[in-house]
Amino acid sequence: MSGAPAVVVDDLRKSFDDLVAVDGVTFEVAAGESFGFLGPNGAGKSTTINILCTLLRPTGGSASVAGFDVVSRPADVRRHIGLVFQDPTLDEYLTAEENLRFHAELYGVPRDSTEERLKDVLEMVELWDRRTSIVSTFSGGMRRRLEIARGLLHSPRVLFLDEPTVGLDPQTRSHIWSYIEELRKRESITIFLTTHYMDEAEHCDRIAIIDHGTIVAIDSPEALKASVGQDRVELKTADDGAAMAQLQDVFDLEPTTSEGAVRFYVANGDRFLPRLFAELTVPILSVSVAQPTLDDVFMSYTGRTIRDAEATASERMAANPFIRRRTGVRR
Amino acid sequence: MSLAQVAPVRVAQGTLADDWRAVKVVWKRELLRFRRNKPRIVTSLAQPILFLFVLGTGLSHLIPGGSGFDFRTFMFPGVISMTILFTAIFSAVSIVWDREFGFLREMLVAPSRRWAIMVGKAAGGSTVATMQGVIILALAGVVHVPYSPVLMLTLLGEMALAAFMLTSLGLMLASRIKQVESFQVVMQLFVLPMFFLAGAIFPLTGLPLWLAALTKIDPLAYVITPMRNAVFAHVAIPPDVAAQLNTGVTWNGWRLPGGLALAIVGVVALVLLGIAIVRFSKTE
Repeated sequence: MSGAPAVVVDDLRKSFDDLVAVDGVTFEVAAGESFGFLGPNGAGKSTTINILCTLLRPTGGSASVAGFDVVSRPADVRRHIGLVFQDPTLDEYLTAEENLRFHAELYGVPRDSTEERLKDVLEMVELWDRRTSIVSTFSGGMRRRLEIARGLLHSPRVLFLDEPTVGLDPQTRSHIWSYIEELRKRESITIFLTTHYMDEAEHCDRIAIIDHGTIVAIDSPEALKASVGQDRVELKTADDGAAMAQLQDVFDLEPTTSEGAVRFYVANGDRFLPRLFAELTVPILSVSVAQPTLDDVFMSYTGRTIRDAEATASERMAANPFIRRRTGVRR
Repeated sequence: MSLAQVAPVRVAQGTLADDWRAVKVVWKRELLRFRRNKPRIVTSLAQPILFLFVLGTGLSHLIPGGSGFDFRTFMFPGVISMTILFTAIFSAVSIVWDREFGFLREMLVAPSRRWAIMVGKAAGGSTVATMQGVIILALAGVVHVPYSPVLMLTLLGEMALAAFMLTSLGLMLASRIKQVESFQVVMQLFVLPMFFLAGAIFPLTGLPLWLAALTKIDPLAYVITPMRNAVFAHVAIPPDVAAQLNTGVTWNGWRLPGGLALAIVGVVALVLLGIAIVRFSKTE
């Protein structure tokens, strides 16, 4: 594998009318790496991925994928990338195999290797037995697997997965991840994915946390969690307001409330608890101490939980032409 | 599973041969979808059959008696082109459905050039529309049109040309439509007026000036004229009745020859397809 990075992004910017979706993003993804874009909906993840896939033109900065500039060499970029979108892009009236053959022809996969390749990718996602079924009979998970198989059919150098598990049940989600792990081993390709599921981001070698169109942190999941350096303590008390005040005044902490619990961060949380029990005058109903998760990383860098961030970001999505939801009209 | 199992793949180099493969596969997809959608085949035949046998039979009583000429013979080319019109526009506008259901994206992100996708769509829509027309053509005998091989081949060629022009028109319209709901507007504003103004079900004789002017800019009229010429050349029809019914398209009193009319249709088709390609290529 060459040492050249698979993705190079330099001060990338994109505005839609008066909305700044991507505001000066810079990063590199090494060949063979799996790289995750983590952030709430509307943070600029999909816009960035759309620019890298040559579906949107940046308003500033530059980006190259597989060694080709996304603005001046879009066709070369497209030949070297595979795409799995958030929203389905399968033809439901065709069979699984017909969808893949359509893709093979459109991407110019050599005819002598199409059959082998087709079998290969369908077996990987365990759909070989269902290859002659019409896609409209497939479950959501099967469709997503088929889309992943299709994205790999032309042996891309970089596979882009935009929220590959969104809308799927937990079991199917973990299946999808095992396929992604498997294909990394087999195809030795670079994987670039976006997600707003914190637990899923941990599958990546490196993560960029994106919020309001800028990267707020970029590192391996372990390093990011270590950077928080503190454990998360969640308390349920008889009087949250009084507890918050005491935590601030007596313990010099910065508590927040979220989802009905008082939350704060403290070094060595397990050793802090005896002191808390001794000195807090408000009755405590329950306590939990947790090692920092990526959610805490997001919190420590942005001051919000990802769920809170999404609540305010929903209106930003409306400005992105590629996040138009299906209206539910059937043919 | 080992790495050795993975077939080595050479990626496409963007040659004309690759674009040709794209054209063919988009075309093939249209045929596959058409074949899968049997209800659509049947329902889109219901309307022309209704026009030919119910409306046609009713209207034939308005024809001055004595000539023994079946009015449905007059209507036959019109009803064939009606079938082609609706099928072609529907096929082309399916690109809006592709957009709605996401599949358009699969085509838009492919390395193949946009013109190849549009040409494939045009070829697919034309083929499907011609095939539907052939089913109506098979009813020729019922309305006293002989199954002469020359007539059938002539009509087939003219039908294919009409299908190509109408699919291109549909694609040009579809390149502007972003929502499925707008399809109804297209039908009301373009398709129905085109159909009525083409002289498909009534002769373009003695029309008021404004209406006559509109018929001259209706490309469908330029297809129906040669088709009707071909049919009338193969049936027994009194010359005065023929002259009255088959006026064709006239420019300043000059009756356009069938060949010229067809050439105009071909040029219009290419221009429409060109516009569709340019517009489609601009979509981000």
